[in-house]
Amino acid sequence: MVLVEAIILSVLAASTPLLLAATGELVTERAGVLNLGVEGMMIVGAACGFGAAWLSGSIIVGALCGIIAGMLLSLIFAFMTLGLAVNQVATGLALTILGIGLSGLIGARFVGERITTAPHLYIPGLSDIPLVGRILFGEDAFVYLSLALIVAVWWFLYRTRAGLVLRACGDNHVSAHALGYPVLRIRMLAVLFGGGCAGLAGAYLPLAYTPFFIPGMTAGRGWIALALVVFASWRPGRLVIGAYLFGAVTILQLHAQGAGVGIPSQFMSALPYLATVIVLVLLSRARTGGSTAPAALGTVFVPDR
Amino acid sequence: MLDPGPAAPRTTQPLLQTVGLTKRYGDFLANDKIDIEIFPREIHALLGENGAGKSTLVKTIYGLVQPSAGELRWQGAPVKLSGPSEARSLGIGMVFQHFSLFDNLTVAENVALGLDGKEPFKAMSARLAKVAQDYGLPLDPNREVWQLSVGERQRIEIVRALMQNPKFLILDEPTAVLTPQEADQLFVVLERLKAEGRAILYISHKLDEVKRLCDTATILRGGKKISTCNPKLETAASLARMMVGTEIKEVKPPAERRTTVPRLVVNDLTVAPAELHGVRLQNVSFELKGGEILGIAGVAGNGQDELFAALSGERLVKEPGTIIIDGLACGNLSITQRRKMGAAFVPEERLGHGTAPRMRLSENALLTGHAASDMVRHGFINAAATLRTVDRTTETFDVRKAKRDPEAASLSGGNLQKFVVGREILRTPAVLVVNQPTWGVDAGAAAIIRQALIDLASAGAAVLVTSQDLDELIEIADRIAVMFHGHLSEALPRAEATREKLGLLMGGASLDQKEAAHAAGA
Repeated sequence: MVLVEAIILSVLAASTPLLLAATGELVTERAGVLNLGVEGMMIVGAACGFGAAWLSGSIIVGALCGIIAGMLLSLIFAFMTLGLAVNQVATGLALTILGIGLSGLIGARFVGERITTAPHLYIPGLSDIPLVGRILFGEDAFVYLSLALIVAVWWFLYRTRAGLVLRACGDNHVSAHALGYPVLRIRMLAVLFGGGCAGLAGAYLPLAYTPFFIPGMTAGRGWIALALVVFASWRPGRLVIGAYLFGAVTILQLHAQGAGVGIPSQFMSALPYLATVIVLVLLSRARTGGSTAPAALGTVFVPDR
Repeated sequence: MLDPGPAAPRTTQPLLQTVGLTKRYGDFLANDKIDIEIFPREIHALLGENGAGKSTLVKTIYGLVQPSAGELRWQGAPVKLSGPSEARSLGIGMVFQHFSLFDNLTVAENVALGLDGKEPFKAMSARLAKVAQDYGLPLDPNREVWQLSVGERQRIEIVRALMQNPKFLILDEPTAVLTPQEADQLFVVLERLKAEGRAILYISHKLDEVKRLCDTATILRGGKKISTCNPKLETAASLARMMVGTEIKEVKPPAERRTTVPRLVVNDLTVAPAELHGVRLQNVSFELKGGEILGIAGVAGNGQDELFAALSGERLVKEPGTIIIDGLACGNLSITQRRKMGAAFVPEERLGHGTAPRMRLSENALLTGHAASDMVRHGFINAAATLRTVDRTTETFDVRKAKRDPEAASLSGGNLQKFVVGREILRTPAVLVVNQPTWGVDAGAAAIIRQALIDLASAGAAVLVTSQDLDELIEIADRIAVMFHGHLSEALPRAEATREKLGLLMGGASLDQKEAAHAAGA
């Protein structure tokens, strides 16, 4: 029982950076922009977040700096793809490479340092309930923040006019422009939101997951987040399920290795990607409803004036 | 209010007026000092060929494009429109030619995006249903747009504009995608809007429609205003002359057409849709003899593209015998193999499908001609031969271009289309399949292309022409069949193919009711 509880707690923690980064990317892609630089924004968020927290001694300052770092990096992406109408795929890949290099540079002097990670909640009484207590009321604040964020994003996309306009930009930017919506400005805001989320997701790793920073510590989580958005077919509800599923696979793989299950760990680590491929195939076979991907995803828009 | 009638003296001031309106793109003058006045209770036609500046003018009026010089006056007062929402708040509504709709959003969401958003969504949705009902344009607010027919999509655009209770409504080529019957229904709505005291700016190049519907017509050519007149007092020929500037060559039908053996036979062709919202071809069959032109009419998106893909070999079919070219079953053969058998294909999209936009004309000539010509020898390109093909096409079809071998994208629509069609015709194909041969092409180029198709058939080739332009098909085709929801009707001989009959078939009238209803709901 204790083991089950421990596994669930570690799944929650492992899933949180995936959920945060994927939430941001979902909003970005719903506006029609494909930002493949999530991994890069995450790792820079991790370096800056850890550095700020170590210098200031505050987890909150660290998290804010992670967000700002992610946003700054995404601003470069926005300038290139929206301002200069450069190919989004190439820019996104370049952003990841830039981010990995930049994080090494920023994080170099913090390698080997330690901080106290974000405290876990403790509500007397509630957190003591056997089994569910620690899961529902005993995690760090980021876990609950990530869930609140995805609910807010769902509400924004489907219940507000601004969300409708954002979805419209992702579906058909020519029409959105013809109706008088500032497509590029909306997309820039969406890219910034995605950058902020990726930066926070990256900062989560040294601030709450492990108490130190090492170069490359995101270890491909940005790519999993990208796969997650596709896996979720661009819907917030499925994104939550997907994030916890992918998080669970990561943790189970560790436990399976620990228990001496004879499956190569490389295969287990590849499972999330395999799952994404299978889901993509299933989605394209099903073809019952409307289109799943935002129709204008990844296309460059230059308004005529 | 009483209707003063179209001939009433204009004592009122114009609702909207442009004074010396000019729009410059680099060196190119899209609009050159245009003065136009539009009065309440008036349907004002804006006539002109592609590239005459109609779209730029209405985009300026709708606030989408900022004028380089000149001004816009609304009820006598000068206004500057920074964007469409400002135009909408004045009372200007617009129905776009290429619908500004979002396929994956619902009807209500689409309408909401065209409004200023002050109204709660639910109330807006209810009002939408009421306005639609009121004007006889039924719509279900909760359906997603991709499920709807072209006619229904246009209804969304019109209802969206009407929801703002506009004083002034712009319609950009509203009947281009409608069947004649759907167009008639639209005219009833427009007459009613006019009777309610609104002004309508009606963009079209269909002269009979303009003569029937409009009180005033302004003709643009090459970015300049040519004249403003009463279209009811003009003839179609005089309007056409003002639009084109010169007399258009009449297309001469062949004296008598001699048909030979069947050269293109399609037996019971069924093809699953290739794309998400595509159409399934259902048991399409026809026979096309040498010396004959078969026209395929239909509203866009009823399976014409799928048929073209199957005929050209862009999509292969399992049973080879469903497509037979000159007696040879070729349903499973590639496009190159079909070209070697003497077939040639001209797709609808001239940029991107018919040609590679950034490649030179000689390279584009090679792309379709490599299989059956001297342009490639032992795997090497014979550059001289490709240039010869360009020169020959240029001469024969009067392709105007800035240099000998420019990029395809640098040609105007009409000239590129002449090149694309000419490139295939000069190969003297046994079978020519051509999709929308004169779409978006000026009248002069259209006449040349139509004449070339007739001459090719007279020389013994089998020609299949798919077009949305009924007048074009009636002009050149010997028989006309109609495509609806992937089904192809029996071909009617030209003498029997009236606009009314074809229009009914285009609306799906020949299918039994159940099947039609099912197809519409699928």
